[in-house]
Amino acid sequence: MGNRPPQDEAERQRLAEERARLAAHRGKATWGEKLVPLGEFRAAVERSGRVLAGEERAAEVASYTAPRGDKVAVEGPYSKVIVFGGVYNNHRALAALLDEAERRGAEAIYCLGDLGGFGPSPNEVRPLLEAGAVRTIQGNYEESLAGGAEDCNCGYADPRDNHFAKLSYGYTAEQTAADFKRWMGQLPCRRRIRVGNKEVLLVHGSPRRINEFLFASTSPDPFLEVLLEQEDCDLLLCTHTGLHWRRTLPSARQVANVGVIGRPANDGTTQVWFAVLEAQTSGEVAIELVPLVYDHLELAAEMRREGLPAEFVETILTGWWTTCLEVLPPRERALSKY
Amino acid sequence: MSSTVAPKTANPSVAAPPPRAPRVELRSLDTLWFQVAGTVCNLACRHCFISCSPTNHTHEFMPLAEVERYLAEGAQLGVKEYYFTGGEPFLNPEMERILEATLKVGPAHVLTNGLLLDDERCRRLKLLAEGSPYSLDLRVSLDGLTAEANDPIRGAGSFDRVMAAVRKLAEVGINPVLTVTEVLAENGSAEGKESFLDLLRTLGVDKPRLKVLPIFQIGAEAERGGAYQSWQRLAEGDVMEQGWDHLQCSSCRMVTGQGVWVCPILVNEPQGRMGETLADTLNSYPLDHPACWTCHVHGVSCRT
Repeated sequence: MGNRPPQDEAERQRLAEERARLAAHRGKATWGEKLVPLGEFRAAVERSGRVLAGEERAAEVASYTAPRGDKVAVEGPYSKVIVFGGVYNNHRALAALLDEAERRGAEAIYCLGDLGGFGPSPNEVRPLLEAGAVRTIQGNYEESLAGGAEDCNCGYADPRDNHFAKLSYGYTAEQTAADFKRWMGQLPCRRRIRVGNKEVLLVHGSPRRINEFLFASTSPDPFLEVLLEQEDCDLLLCTHTGLHWRRTLPSARQVANVGVIGRPANDGTTQVWFAVLEAQTSGEVAIELVPLVYDHLELAAEMRREGLPAEFVETILTGWWTTCLEVLPPRERALSKY
Repeated sequence: MSSTVAPKTANPSVAAPPPRAPRVELRSLDTLWFQVAGTVCNLACRHCFISCSPTNHTHEFMPLAEVERYLAEGAQLGVKEYYFTGGEPFLNPEMERILEATLKVGPAHVLTNGLLLDDERCRRLKLLAEGSPYSLDLRVSLDGLTAEANDPIRGAGSFDRVMAAVRKLAEVGINPVLTVTEVLAENGSAEGKESFLDLLRTLGVDKPRLKVLPIFQIGAEAERGGAYQSWQRLAEGDVMEQGWDHLQCSSCRMVTGQGVWVCPILVNEPQGRMGETLADTLNSYPLDHPACWTCHVHGVSCRT
């Protein structure tokens, strides 16, 4: 430091101010815009808020986690059902899924919503849903389309993601027939079914919010346990994220994100995913997540004909997502190509 | 009154909340924050909304055992994710053990200034991340694209040290979220965002992520940029129309060494403290602080 030029008056003053600023809180606390003695702040903290007695606390927790009394009628009972989500206009995968359902002898087929977006020719989807007697619940896409919203309400913050989300939503909104939109508007937001001796809740995002993301790495067991307790169900099935996973909780309740049939699972393969629920002789339910192969080349060709973005076509052809990546948690993002 | 320092930017509105502030119900306790390093920091940023510094002990470090108590209560209430902030979290000598305990019950996020991220710590954090089924996410703060822009706000030398930290994280395979505030207006513009994402790419981050936050005109920022004006308050009816979801206080609580607060912003307001345990704080809260206005108007969530 010996070579340092002597400080001028301005620098000396600046350093003195900086030292004072760094030392300003010795023995003091910030309270709003004032500095007060630490003891004064802490005494005020002690007086603030409410401190419940032990039994009151237990009552608060019990009331928070208690079942919320869902009045939705329970459909079934079934011994084998197929559940899928996220068609994203991919009518070719939907047709392949209906064939698969017939082959497997499913008694009922349920769709967890997001019929539109991303792919081509939205109106191709409805006749297939009707032909397969698919029981559908509303996704954020249906909610937005039926309500005439300006965007898909996917919840993106990144400008690039929003750009592509807008393109995708704009195309679907323009193409979808008015009576199809009206039909979407009357879809229920949840359904309950009985499979074996278990009650299964079907939702789009989560039981709380149509556009809540339930990813594997950000849906911890204790969170899911409370959710299923509040919803008073044995199994919870959702979609919305595009990534499938399943888990058996410590309580033996099960949760699965059934994935989507509209685009690949960001894993470098072109297959898409759905779920089969099958009652066991014990009454327990086995959830199988199943890959589905369909004519993705024909879909890609149709997307090109419809003038959809090359980025979307690339995803169909490569199995890697090119957009809507910002919502992926770090663990899922690390497995992603982009 | 034993108040000692007259505020430069005295604002009577802070001391006199409007009589009919809207109240926000806790819809679900999804996010649990920990003021894990208290208000102690190895920087003293000029825009810090809680005036953290090396000598600010308004809130102290939280020991592992105390954090574990709240983790257990959080799990019982079905918390979805845990966030750690300060001050600088890695000043807390038990921080890595705290993360290890947290990652057993849920995903963890750490908001750090990056100064203590040396090679060894980056490697250990990578191991922690790989050892859990849940995500570990790091947020590293920066407030300018150059040392000339950043350092007058965050402190001399901080820009270079953050660049080095991000490089090390990228090397071990951790993809941090760069967090910038709108302390410089250009930070939040479309061009600014692109520039920060480009900066991350030059540091070896191939999937760059960015979080932009508005500034809160409290704490050190009230000194630097000015305090809230009296009209920047919420009144009954302001929030109801939009519902509660955009306000983080409808789904979060903040734990400090002195109890449970409503949110991460109001920890320097004693009236922000709602109780001692999480169970004490499942009730509603009045939006009677001017910072609540910022959250509402800017749609702020401190979450990543």
